[in-house]
Amino acid sequence: MALLQVDNMTHYFGGLRAVHDFNLAIEAGQIRGLIGPNGAGKTTIFNLITGIYTPTTGTIAFNGTSLLRRRPNQIAALGIGRTFQDLRLWRHMNVLEHVKLARYSKLTYGLWGAFLDSPRRSREEAESEAKAMELLQLLGIDHLADQLVVSLPYGAQRRVEMARALAIEPQVLFLDEPTVGMTPEELEQIMEVIRTIHRKLGLAIFLIEHRLKFVMELCEQIQCLVFGEVIADGTPDQIQNNPQVIEAYLGKDMVET
Amino acid sequence: MVQTTNMTSLASGQNPVQRFFAQVPLLGFLLGMLACVLIEKLIGEGLAVLLGLSQMPVLFGLVTVFKVIAGGVNTIFKGVAFETASLMDIPRALVYFGLVYLLPLTLVAKYSAGATNRIAYGLQRSSVLVSVLVHLAILYAVLHLWGTMSDYRVITLKLMLVAVLLTLSLNIINGYMGEFSCSHPGFMAIGAYMSSVFTVGLFVDDKVLGAAKMGFSLAYLTFPLALIFGGLVAALGALIVAIPSFKTRGDYLAIISLAFLFIVKSLFENVQALGGARGISGHPDWASLPVIFCTVVLGIWAINNFVTSTMGKALNAVRDDESAAEAMTVDTRKTKMIAFLFGAFWAGMAGGLLAHVLRYVNPAMFGIQKLAEVLAMVYFGGLNSVVGSIVGAVSISLLGEALRPLEIFKWIVIPLLLILVMIYRPTGLFAFREFDVRKILQPKGSRGEEV
Repeated sequence: MALLQVDNMTHYFGGLRAVHDFNLAIEAGQIRGLIGPNGAGKTTIFNLITGIYTPTTGTIAFNGTSLLRRRPNQIAALGIGRTFQDLRLWRHMNVLEHVKLARYSKLTYGLWGAFLDSPRRSREEAESEAKAMELLQLLGIDHLADQLVVSLPYGAQRRVEMARALAIEPQVLFLDEPTVGMTPEELEQIMEVIRTIHRKLGLAIFLIEHRLKFVMELCEQIQCLVFGEVIADGTPDQIQNNPQVIEAYLGKDMVET
Repeated sequence: MVQTTNMTSLASGQNPVQRFFAQVPLLGFLLGMLACVLIEKLIGEGLAVLLGLSQMPVLFGLVTVFKVIAGGVNTIFKGVAFETASLMDIPRALVYFGLVYLLPLTLVAKYSAGATNRIAYGLQRSSVLVSVLVHLAILYAVLHLWGTMSDYRVITLKLMLVAVLLTLSLNIINGYMGEFSCSHPGFMAIGAYMSSVFTVGLFVDDKVLGAAKMGFSLAYLTFPLALIFGGLVAALGALIVAIPSFKTRGDYLAIISLAFLFIVKSLFENVQALGGARGISGHPDWASLPVIFCTVVLGIWAINNFVTSTMGKALNAVRDDESAAEAMTVDTRKTKMIAFLFGAFWAGMAGGLLAHVLRYVNPAMFGIQKLAEVLAMVYFGGLNSVVGSIVGAVSISLLGEALRPLEIFKWIVIPLLLILVMIYRPTGLFAFREFDVRKILQPKGSRGEEV
């Protein structure tokens, strides 16, 4: 069984079928892509797996345990980290605090430790800070540790979000359109960052992307989603030459001419 | 290295007052204040007579000044003849303030900077705990000397300290957690009543709660238990608000908590076993200044510990973006629940203290007016900030006392001030500051470093 296994997942919003019969198997260490036009249901799939929505039917299993009816924080703690398409950073917190906070489930000092500032708390907070700084270094933003996130440039904010997702020590990292609104240079950099974390941390990555070039270069396996249904699943080459994918992206007329 | 950067940042501040005091550590200001109160204790009475003041100014001359202003206001609105002679009280009060407070504070703080920096440095090197205790001891000495000069001051000081604890406990919910809760006077009422039931019910012969159940000479040692009991029951009350309201978001908590406040108030008004609308009185005089001071310091310590821990930071994350917090493994329900109960617990403690400071408790104390007062303190001082809450509570209490001569106009001036703060600093004076004891107590300037 794969690390993350989704079988026959279907989801309805009221009468609207957002996702239909979705299947996915991510192996440890694999980079997978999910492409598709706007409104195809890509983010919905992320939200279904990470527990924000509960699928109408279907099963989701991570390391053999079912993720159904678990709360998002429990699913995250099991080892699924994610970023958001619309950067969801905490505006009153600095960069280091962001990354430290994602280690919430790793802390064991408990309430009394927090209230009474126990030695265990100091030790765990210091450990967590060291781990957070390591991640910031890995992503090249350690010099921004004490800055408020709102004052950072866009590219740096994306990195903070990634560092934060990595701090939960995930086995799979979900990236929701990591290149949205980026300049070509920033795009190159973020691609390098993703390669680096994949290489150094050895985790599986599942990413939603709009820019075909980006997915084609990074991913081993790609799925193409249109109106909630997977119309193609394969290697970058297979996807690139799939007429249905071309049609979905460029329109029918373009294919015929 | 930290100290040098701090020094340069302070020295380069545009404010000339800040630049003047750039090298003075907190210890210097505390010694300055100690000098002020000692001087007042020694020559205050004499100086007041010498200046022609009818009595020693009780609140830094503020009340004296506002009495004169109130005279003017009364002349305009009520046609009461204005006593021109009283105008002289303003410069007299100012001279008194300058000679007793401003001058000694400035001189001692500035010219002891070398010595205090060295001491602060030594203290810092020994241990933070020792350093904190020394500072607190001096602070307490200042408050004690200042307070014991008149009964009015003692009670003002006690109420002010209680207000600090109450404000801080509300800041956990309205500031750190970012929900608008209106039930705080309700929690306070529960704490006040329950601790009263404990102390008055057990140790005092009382019309409402009956004869004393027990009595021993060290009964006052049970006072902390009474306060904690009050706090715990208040937290239990908070659970009743939290369970239905945390399923929803935003305005609902405000409405549910407001409803809770009214329910609690009318509950106490109607339960005859607790004295009904007249409440309970005859509390033992256990809420002395040191007891209140210690409780408030403990409260600040515990609350600050909580909000600076990752568990407390989780509150900020929930406030700024709840779904992101959940995706980062934060148990948002538990986090919100804990914060709400913790806030209510300290509000209950503050209520217990209040009841024993005033030595009576009745439902009318915990109405909308109390809510407005504590909300004003939180928002004036600053959201998400321990310093802000202390500043807010102290300044609004002081202002409330100083403006007392203005009678009804007091309730025009304070809200007006609040409106101005909201316009120019929407989150309050000292919002979003971290209360770092080490930083606050550290020596300033080069002299501290050389030693």
